[in-house]
Amino acid sequence: MSQVTEYSEKVMDHFTNPRNVGEIENPSGVGTVGNAKCGDIMRMYIDVDENGIITEAKFKTFGCGAAVATSSMATELVKGKTIQEALEVTNRAVMEALGGLPPVKVHCSLLAEEAIHAALWDYAEKNNIKIEGLKPPVKDIDETEEFYEMGEEA
Amino acid sequence: MKEFIYLDNAATTRVDKEVYEAMHPYFEESYGNPASVYTFAGEINKEVDRARKTVADFIGATSEEIYFTGGGSESDNWALKGAALANRSKGNHIITSKIEHHAILHTCEFLEKNGYEITYVDVDENGVVKLDELEAAIKPETILISVMFANNEIGTIEPVKKIGEIAKKHGVLFHTDAVQAYGHVPVNVDEMNIDMLSASGHKLGGPKGIGIMYIRKNVKITPLIHGGAQEKNRRAGTHNTPGIIGFAKATELAERKMRERMAYETKLRDYLISRVENEIPYTKVNGHRTERLSNNANFSFRFIEGESLLLMLDRNGICASSGSACTSGSLDPSHVLLAIGLPHEIAHGSLRLTLSDENTEEEINFVVDKLKEIVERLRSMSPLYEDFVKSNKN
Repeated sequence: MSQVTEYSEKVMDHFTNPRNVGEIENPSGVGTVGNAKCGDIMRMYIDVDENGIITEAKFKTFGCGAAVATSSMATELVKGKTIQEALEVTNRAVMEALGGLPPVKVHCSLLAEEAIHAALWDYAEKNNIKIEGLKPPVKDIDETEEFYEMGEEA
Repeated sequence: MKEFIYLDNAATTRVDKEVYEAMHPYFEESYGNPASVYTFAGEINKEVDRARKTVADFIGATSEEIYFTGGGSESDNWALKGAALANRSKGNHIITSKIEHHAILHTCEFLEKNGYEITYVDVDENGVVKLDELEAAIKPETILISVMFANNEIGTIEPVKKIGEIAKKHGVLFHTDAVQAYGHVPVNVDEMNIDMLSASGHKLGGPKGIGIMYIRKNVKITPLIHGGAQEKNRRAGTHNTPGIIGFAKATELAERKMRERMAYETKLRDYLISRVENEIPYTKVNGHRTERLSNNANFSFRFIEGESLLLMLDRNGICASSGSACTSGSLDPSHVLLAIGLPHEIAHGSLRLTLSDENTEEEINFVVDKLKEIVERLRSMSPLYEDFVKSNKN
C-alpha cells in the first residue's frame, strides 16, 4: 500500500478521473492479466481498424490506485497508434507518462504493459496474423468463485 | 462539519486535552530526571510512582508489577524475548495465535531463528482462538502462551480468562497483548490469570512513545533494554516523565468514562454496521458480532480492492484503513483476514473503521453515503464485477 502523498499528481489525476473506463462490445481484441490473489487484475479492450490503427481502447481494473492509473494511462498511450507502435508502449513509458510511481508499485506498470500485449495477442489470434515480437499472455487469473452466500442485493 | 472525519482510532488517537495539560508542566517546569538525588527530582519521582499506582489499580495489580516502556511493540518484544531467555532451562516452546500483531509474530519468527519452537494456534471464522487446539499444543517444553486481548483489525475480543485458566492449569506463563483493549474494556490481571500484559498510551487518548508492561510478581524475565538502574534494573533508560504522567492521566480518564463511552460507541458502531450491511450488497462483516471492541467495524466489499477504496475515502476527507496488501510492500493481504478464512481477493477488499466517542451519527451517515457511491464506482470499474454480473445473467 502506498500513501496518497507518495503518488504523483498525474497518478492521482488518472486514478480519480480515469480515462477510457468501460467495455467495448465485440472488440477487435481483449486481454485480461493479473491475479486477484495479488490484488490486481486488468482487462483491456481495443478496436483496430482496417489500416491496423488502434482507434479505441477501454479498460476495467481491480486493484490499487496505481493499477487504475497505469491502466488509464496505457489506454491513452495506445489510442491512435499502429500495432507496432503500441508494442513499444512499455511499462517504462507508462511510468514516465505518469510522472513516476512509488517503488512498490512498479509492478502495476508491468501489468499495464502485459494488458496491452494480451489485447493485441487476442486481436492477432482472431485475425490469424502474427505480430512480430509479441509473446502469448500469461493466464493466471484465479478467483475463488463461490466462497460464501452473498445473499440478495439490497 | 470538520475538515475531515477520523475513523482510524485503532491506529492512533488524539491526545485528550486533560492529558495534554497534565503533561505540560513536565516539559517546562518539572523537567528534572526522576532518578536524581535532589529535592527537585525527588518530587517528580513521587509523581511517577503515583502514575504507576494509577495504572496498577486500573488492572488490579500492585505498583511493583508495573513497568514503563517505550510503547506496545517494546512491551511485546520484552515479554516474549525476556520470558524466553529467562526460562530457557525449562523449555523452548511458545504458543501464540495466527492473528497476533506483528510485534508478536515477528518476534516469534526471530525466536524461531534462535532455537525456539513456536505453535501458531488457529482461530475460528469470527477470529476467536480455538481453545481446544491451544490446550492440546501444550507440552512439557512449553514456557509461554501469548494471545492478544482484542484484535486490532477485526476487533474480536479473545476469551482471555479461559486462556488464563488453561495456562495456570498447566503451569505455563500467560502474556496478553492488550494494546487495543487497555482502557477500552475492563481488565483484571488476577481474575484473568494474566502473568504479563502489554499496553500503549496512544490508543486511549494518551501520548505516543509510552507503554507499560505488567509483570506478575515472581515471574522470571530477562531485561530487553540494558543500562541504568531504572524500573528496578529491569528496563533501563531515563524515565519519559511527560509520557508517564500522560499515560496515567489517560488511564484515569478511561476508567472514569469507560462504561459511558462503550455504550455510546457500541450504539454508533452497530448503526454503522447495519447501514452498510443493508445498503451495500456483496458485503461481509468481519470479526465477532458481539464479542468485539465497541469502536471497531470491519467489512469486506467483494470485487474491489482496499487501497483504491482508502484513496477515494481520503478524497472525501475520510480517514480509514484496510487489510489489503500491507505496508511492507508484500502482495499478501492481512494475515488476520486470511486466518478467519477469507480468500485473498476478498481480503484485499477490506475496510476497517474505528470510532471514538467524538464521532457523531451525522458523520457516520456521511461516511456510509460516500462509501455506497465509492463501492459502486469501483465495482463499475472492476473486471471481477463485470464477470460476476455476466455469469449471473446467463
